Amino acid sequence: MQNKFPRYLQTIFLIILVLGFVLLALGGYLGGITTWFGQTSVSGQTWLSERFMAISDFLTAPRDMASLQLRNSELESEVARLQTQIIELQQEVTQTEILSALVDFARTNPENSYKAATVIGRDPSPFLRYVIINVGANEGIVRGMPVVTQQGLVGRVDAVVAEASRVQLITDQNSAVNITLKNSKTDAVMVGSLNGDLSLQMISHDVVVESADVVLTSGLGGDFPPNLLVGQIVNISNIESELFQSASVQPIVDFPRVEYVLVIVNFQPVDITPLLPTPNP
Amino acid sequence: MIQVGIISRINLLSGSADLILAILVSFSLQPKVKSGWFWALVAGLMVGYVSRLPWYLVLLGYLLIVSLSHLLQKRIWQSLLLEVFIVLFIGTLITHLLSIGFLVVIGSEVNFVNMLSLITLPSILLNLILSVPVYFLIRDLVGLLYSSESSE
Repeated sequence: MQNKFPRYLQTIFLIILVLGFVLLALGGYLGGITTWFGQTSVSGQTWLSERFMAISDFLTAPRDMASLQLRNSELESEVARLQTQIIELQQEVTQTEILSALVDFARTNPENSYKAATVIGRDPSPFLRYVIINVGANEGIVRGMPVVTQQGLVGRVDAVVAEASRVQLITDQNSAVNITLKNSKTDAVMVGSLNGDLSLQMISHDVVVESADVVLTSGLGGDFPPNLLVGQIVNISNIESELFQSASVQPIVDFPRVEYVLVIVNFQPVDITPLLPTPNP
Repeated sequence: MIQVGIISRINLLSGSADLILAILVSFSLQPKVKSGWFWALVAGLMVGYVSRLPWYLVLLGYLLIVSLSHLLQKRIWQSLLLEVFIVLFIGTLITHLLSIGFLVVIGSEVNFVNMLSLITLPSILLNLILSVPVYFLIRDLVGLLYSSESSE
């Protein structure tokens, strides 16, 4: 088939056609067509892309789920590890605060030498109020040494083995501590009881004892150093038919929660038994 | 260690549970067990070493309780848990009476009503509560131990 038009006429025609479309487009006459074309092509492209992504997700989801589950379990274990670490750090902070308070107490009472100890147990018998601490004869602990916390008096060492000691709390019913009342300026004997309450005995009726008066060790008897804080008076019983007044004492130390203590290692208790008068036959 | 470190700190009023007593009773009441005396001796010496109470008093208490266990073994309605409750109840009373006797001897002021209401009754209750898991644990352990021994 022979071409009726020469090649150069075809070229001129195409150029005129293209220029015409360009001029129509520039003149805004092809706006509707281009908009329709654009919308159609975008819609088609969107549809195609969505189908592709859906198929792609379908094919790759199981692998992603497995990897996500793996990652999730890794993160969960990491969270658990961090939570454990937080709890450990909180415990360390608490211990540090307690030890810091003990150090402050030791600094503010430089006349004594202290040995810090941890309470590691309690007497199995509910009738006795003793605790076991983790320092013993190897650290220079001997029987009779006073035991305190940063708050006040705890008790005294009752028995010692190489690596541990047993401490009789002042709340034990066989404990007796010579005390002095700070405001009343009078001496008395403080005894423990079966349920851990502290009470004062042998206060003369002549003495005016006031509630909230501070109870300190007097140092009499040589069992404890003087001026260790013990507690406060909460209740006074002044019955005239009895020989002495008595009073209840709120201990300053929270005995059920004692964890760390200080043993006063430079205090040697004095045995005054030979000096006590013996009844003549 | 668990008794001294943990159980002694769990108090009801002033009473506390005795884990060693519960284990000893649960163990010695098992029908196949014949070594209750030995373990009473070990427990008595260990607790006596830690406690302010004299060791011979603690030992005596545990030996009396094992005697009672052997005496009552399989005699009460054939129910082992009930036997454990009864022996534990009486055993707690025995150990507490021995402790009170010691306090009287050393000259402590003894108020029986206070001791009963503040220490002995709460301790009995705690011991009975503690005895249930201890009993089942000991029963399974004994079953496991003796079945493996018999299979050999």
